Amino acid sequence: MDGVITDVTFDLSQTPLRGVNRFLHGDISGQKIAILNPDGAHNVAIGLDAPATVEIHGHVGYYAAGMNKLANVTIFGNAGSGVAENMMSGRVHVKGFASVSAGASAQGGLLVIDGDASLRCGISLKGADIVVGGSVGSFSAFMAQAGRIVICGNAGDALGDSLYEAVIYVRGTVKSLGADAQFEPMTEADYEAIATLLAKAELPHDPKDFRRIASAKQLYHWNADANQEY
Amino acid sequence: MCGIIGLLIKKPELRESLGALMVPMLIGMSDRGPDSAGLAVFTETLGEGDRKYSLYSGGHAIDWSLLAQDFKTEFDSPPQIHEQGNHAVLTANAAPDRVKSWLKTNYPQIHVLSTGRTIDLYKDTGKPQQVSDRYQFQTLKGTHLVGHTRMATESAVTPAHAHPFTAGEDFCLVHNGSLSNPYEIRRKLEPLGIHFETDNDTEAACRYLEWRMREGDDLETALQRGFEELDGFYTFLMGTADKLALVRDPFACKPAIVAETDDYVAIASEFRSLAHLPDVNHARLYEPAPEELYVWTV
Repeated sequence: MDGVITDVTFDLSQTPLRGVNRFLHGDISGQKIAILNPDGAHNVAIGLDAPATVEIHGHVGYYAAGMNKLANVTIFGNAGSGVAENMMSGRVHVKGFASVSAGASAQGGLLVIDGDASLRCGISLKGADIVVGGSVGSFSAFMAQAGRIVICGNAGDALGDSLYEAVIYVRGTVKSLGADAQFEPMTEADYEAIATLLAKAELPHDPKDFRRIASAKQLYHWNADANQEY
Repeated sequence: MCGIIGLLIKKPELRESLGALMVPMLIGMSDRGPDSAGLAVFTETLGEGDRKYSLYSGGHAIDWSLLAQDFKTEFDSPPQIHEQGNHAVLTANAAPDRVKSWLKTNYPQIHVLSTGRTIDLYKDTGKPQQVSDRYQFQTLKGTHLVGHTRMATESAVTPAHAHPFTAGEDFCLVHNGSLSNPYEIRRKLEPLGIHFETDNDTEAACRYLEWRMREGDDLETALQRGFEELDGFYTFLMGTADKLALVRDPFACKPAIVAETDDYVAIASEFRSLAHLPDVNHARLYEPAPEELYVWTV
């Protein structure tokens, strides 16, 4: 919504966060709202439920834009733990880096992180898309059930451990795959999916540079002979 | 949950305002640790034979000037004493073992919080703001410091269980997290004659690392060994006479963020404790990676 004049501006160094979140839970459809000086506060712009644009200018603490529905939230800074956790729809864009558990359990919408994401990015993902411009830490996409994660940089240890139906695309190196995660051949549908997500995230990479990781589905059924070795 | 903070000043003029820069960092971590707070501040280093002792008398009223007189009689040299209610820093030229043993015999109500040529240590129960006011943290000067706000999860809320923990001289450690094998560490150290003062898990990590350094490891080697020996969740921040060091467990279960400028290095559990620092918007901000050593030297 570039070009839309900001309708309301809140300065968190002057206004208590609770009042700002209460305002954001009202009828804000179509509005553009700016939030200044978050200074690492937790729970900024959580629980939004309207097609509005929210711009946060500064670094946020835990759970920023958590449970987002319909809104387009941009964080011009870094995000603490659990940014956009349990997002339902809409878009959350972190211009800096994100701490642990970015997009945890998110069910829909798009999370874009321009910088790196820390450990456990997309843990238990339930249908949202995540595009990380940088690298992700260990245990990312742990038990991810549905949705897609595009990693433009490298991944740490145990990527995609115990995956269900979510799919991961990685451009860089993978330190190690988690239990039951495997590289799979890329199909035309995969290239198209990556191209679409990269375009939405405004990242310039070539889809041909990505590799696909998905579940080998060996953990779907209990294997008594495995002797707890996976 | 606990909060940790660290600040190392690179620009000498700013060392006068170490305390003023730090207090909002400590207060910023109040939500993470409302039951106790403490910090170790590293100042100019005393001469070879001199030592300072941070003393804490808890609820006991102490006549510090009387203690100074007794000390002079015993050791034949007058100590300097900087008192602040139930806390005092005693500086003297005497053998540290003799001083500590004399204190234990003659002033059993006094707890020696730290010993060294550079370290002063304060810790007590109460909200971080109260503890900060009690000991006038605002006025502290020095090169670097390590601070902590505590929310106890595994042992009692007492001044002795508050952080930082110390062992040996000019070494302290604060911890956010919980260790799963502190008793294993204790069972290894106690037969070596290493004495524990509390049942706190952090004390085990502190004494383990100090023991390794006494055995000849440098800080970096001791910490590498620590990754093998210490199990559980931790972000550890340590202070020595001229260094700050930080490590996180392999799962990065507990948070940490660093802000570096030409003037300072500031470390906290969360950015909200760094937001007030001068020029922080132009600082290099990063999250320390798990199982890596971060060491900053004064």
